Amino acid sequence: MNFTLHIWRQKNQRSNGDFKTYELENVSSDSSFLEMLDQLNEKLLIQGEDCIVFDYDCREGICGACSLVINGYPHGKQQRTTTCQLYMREYTDETELWIEPWRADAFPVLKDLTVDRSAFDKIIQSGGFVSVHTGSAADANTVLINKDCADDAFNSATCIGCGACVAACPNTSASLFVAAKINHLLQLPQGKIESKTRAQKMSKAMFNEGFGVCSNHRHCEAECPKSISVSNITQMNKLIGWS
Amino acid sequence: MFDNRPTFEPTGPLQERWKKHLFDLSLIAPQNRAKHKIIVVGTGLAGASLCATLGEMGYHVNSFCFQDSPRRAHSIAAQGGINAAKNYQNDGDSVWRLFYDTIKGGDFRARESNVYRLAELSVNIIDQAVAQGVPFAREYSGYLANRSFGGAQVSRTFYARGQTGQQLLLGAYQAMSRQIAAGTVKHHSRSEMLELIKIDGKARGIVVRDLVSGEINSHIADCVVLCTGGYGNAFYLSTNAKGCNTSATWRAHKHGAYFANPSFIQIHPTCIPQSGESQSKLTLMSESLRNDGRIWAPKNSQDCSKNPSDIAAADRDYFLERLYPAFANLVPRDIASRALKNICDDGNGVGVKIHGQRRGVYLDFADAINNLGEDKIREKYGNLFEMYQRITGDNPYKTPMKIYPAVHYTMGGLWVDYNLMTSIDGLFAGGEANFSDHGANRLGASALMQGLADGYFILPQTVASYLAQGKFAKVDDKHPAVIEALNAVKTRLERLQNAPKPKHSPDYFHQQLGKILWESCGMSRKGAILKQAIKQIDALQIQFWQHIKITGIDAELNQTLERAGRVADFIELGRLMCADALDREESCGCHARTEHLSKDGEAQRNDEEFAYVSAWESGDKNAILHKEFLAFEFIQPTIRNYK
Ligand SMILES: Cc1cc2nc3c(=O)[nH]c(=O)nc-3n(C[C@H](O)[C@H](O)[C@H](O)COP(=O)(O)OP(=O)(O)OC[C@H]3O[C@@H](n4cnc5c(N)ncnc54)[C@H](O)[C@@H]3O)c2cc1C
Ligand code: SF4
Ligand code: FES
Repeated sequence: MNFTLHIWRQKNQRSNGDFKTYELENVSSDSSFLEMLDQLNEKLLIQGEDCIVFDYDCREGICGACSLVINGYPHGKQQRTTTCQLYMREYTDETELWIEPWRADAFPVLKDLTVDRSAFDKIIQSGGFVSVHTGSAADANTVLINKDCADDAFNSATCIGCGACVAACPNTSASLFVAAKINHLLQLPQGKIESKTRAQKMSKAMFNEGFGVCSNHRHCEAECPKSISVSNITQMNKLIGWS
Repeated sequence: MFDNRPTFEPTGPLQERWKKHLFDLSLIAPQNRAKHKIIVVGTGLAGASLCATLGEMGYHVNSFCFQDSPRRAHSIAAQGGINAAKNYQNDGDSVWRLFYDTIKGGDFRARESNVYRLAELSVNIIDQAVAQGVPFAREYSGYLANRSFGGAQVSRTFYARGQTGQQLLLGAYQAMSRQIAAGTVKHHSRSEMLELIKIDGKARGIVVRDLVSGEINSHIADCVVLCTGGYGNAFYLSTNAKGCNTSATWRAHKHGAYFANPSFIQIHPTCIPQSGESQSKLTLMSESLRNDGRIWAPKNSQDCSKNPSDIAAADRDYFLERLYPAFANLVPRDIASRALKNICDDGNGVGVKIHGQRRGVYLDFADAINNLGEDKIREKYGNLFEMYQRITGDNPYKTPMKIYPAVHYTMGGLWVDYNLMTSIDGLFAGGEANFSDHGANRLGASALMQGLADGYFILPQTVASYLAQGKFAKVDDKHPAVIEALNAVKTRLERLQNAPKPKHSPDYFHQQLGKILWESCGMSRKGAILKQAIKQIDALQIQFWQHIKITGIDAELNQTLERAGRVADFIELGRLMCADALDREESCGCHARTEHLSKDGEAQRNDEEFAYVSAWESGDKNAILHKEFLAFEFIQPTIRNYK
């Protein structure tokens, strides 16, 4: 397969970026999207050009590192998929690809396609945990948890912290990410105790970090690779008293 | 028993050893803890759980990871589960049985005292994780669910669907985040350790490159803990995350830390086969699939290119069931991997040809779907089937999966004593980075257990005791050892960027190394081939420093430069892996020397001569071998028999 790639190049946080166009030939349809970029980078290196920087680590859709907007869609058009799990066989009828970083004030571009997502860490630090010391836990089976609650908590807890929800949101709100954590811990008896203050602290941190307000566009849910439901946001709003 | 240095070894009744040792360890009063600074490199399960716990105790912790957040450490990818001797299923499990299974599974190449402690602590890990809100699978009654995993005859594995590592890591990351907010832990993401600082024989700090600005800085502390994960990526293709590397542990090795059992590498039987040359990594299909899937290959090599549905039942060889009737599809990983390889080497593999050979066998769910129904299978493995389909384009509900072994985990690592301290004073190692506890083969669902036992329960106590016993002279960044370490890093980076005849990318060399290692130090090893591999690696190293090509500058994000540094270290480690495999003239666990296999292909262990941990000290050209002989007081070494 052959592709025309328009890729966002930006030297660093302080400089302005721009799209640059590359032609890439002989891409295997079994290549993943990131392997296709590896192939381009190998070519650039041999030509003596600076390689394109993009985040990745696991390449299995679980670490949440990869993050590209492809032809306008965070993690590409395929639903419930991270960029590293996209395969080029999905792109038979799109030979021109526009590849950009997440766009949000709270996620400044560091270089090319890589952004700074440390704002997410700060939100978790503000309260996204259960306040338990190592060693103080009782036997695990002393607290029984209704299977439905446990499953529900699990579904929220599968968020990989990738930030696609922010990139998809017209207001660059981080509500889906924040609500997923709040709802994960709210469903469990051990997390419920702190749930209200947790929700208040985390939502405050979200605004302090420069994320926008949710106005129910629901683009986040559509782009989330882990199908985190917007019902989490409804729950969060109830808990804080916003609805 | 070490042949050249005294090391502490616990004695007395096995069940009392850790308790007694805990009592013997020195303590530091709460008001004095903040005066001590500890560096933790790596914030996967081992590192994050350690940072959280040290922070809670009141120590001043500085932590580092190369990803953009601790939440992305490679631990996040663990799928299947975590073992614990809770015996919630009343199926005869106990601390003793988990201890026994681990020693036996490791083919009698691990220490009894350490493994017993691990089995004991396993129960506390589950309690801790549940208290943090880790959403483990539950029964309708509300009790925790368990499954049997990796051939264990009891159900002792706790799991969170196929995402156990993710949930455990998020629990540890959140506990660590709480300490960052409390000010006890100062964390540095996108920071890579490139050198160790040793002063008066003690580990006192590290040199780190800020991966965004390219700045090189020193960090000083009273002691250093490495929780930097395994080195399976030396093979280029593995199930590890792309960034996994040996740089931190290799730098420590160069400064005098012994590297133990480097050739003990776990090759996991159930991975998606390689599809072509451009592939950047291999994907694991959870071992739990072997609980319901049946493994087979065509009996006749003429059938190998056929559609599996066109191969008659009588022409299918369910080889694990045939060879190992008692354990069948659930034999331990090393045994399954070797059997699979033999089938493919004999020309009965399926799938695309790589280097002229079909490398794959079928993992078939047709019988399970018939018996249990597709819904039940979907409930159990839905996410795995979906992942398989996404990667291969095949639908495993309709056609059997194809699998082939891939490098997965490294039992070897930095040598540590019972306190998890390396042979350098004040340098500790936890998690996959150390060599302890799994011997020559790790059981499924035991790495998460070991990482968390190290981080939550062992290291916080032993590190504190070390601090209580020592005096730490004040060191600043003008100290000659600090300046020397900084210069060493700068010189190396300059050398990488200024090869005499720059020509090839880091990946080019990495792939070459991977090929050499896979053929010499993979599932089967042979003296002559290992000797040749060492020569090839020496030649590759020369080529590397002549021809490594890097573009861009070092004063900004430069992934090519990062990769080049890691590959340089992998090349040196790869050589040591081969030297270790060459030294061990026996077969045990993952280590199958073709000269030491029985007629029907079973590993022949040689306890008389090789019941030791090989601990390699860095030397001028060749590393120096020290042997730590293993004593088995409680379990009589037997021949593993899974027939
Ligand atoms: C696909 C897969 C599935 C698995 N499934 C299971 C399972 O079901 N059950 C089980 O028990 N085990 C499983 N394992 C094994 C297990 O996941 C690992 O052994 C374990 O998570 C390792 O944890 P760790 O904390 O030691 O290291 P890691 O999680 O690898 O963390 C290493 C840390 O070190 C940092 N680091 C590394 N080098 C440097 C450097 N030079 N400078 C700074 N920081 C550095 C990284 O940033 C990271 O924070 C699986 C492994 C794989 C590959
Ligand atoms: S909610 Fe979904 S899109 Fe947002 S960070 Fe989590 S996984 Fe990514
Ligand atoms: S690289 Fe880990 S989720 Fe894509």
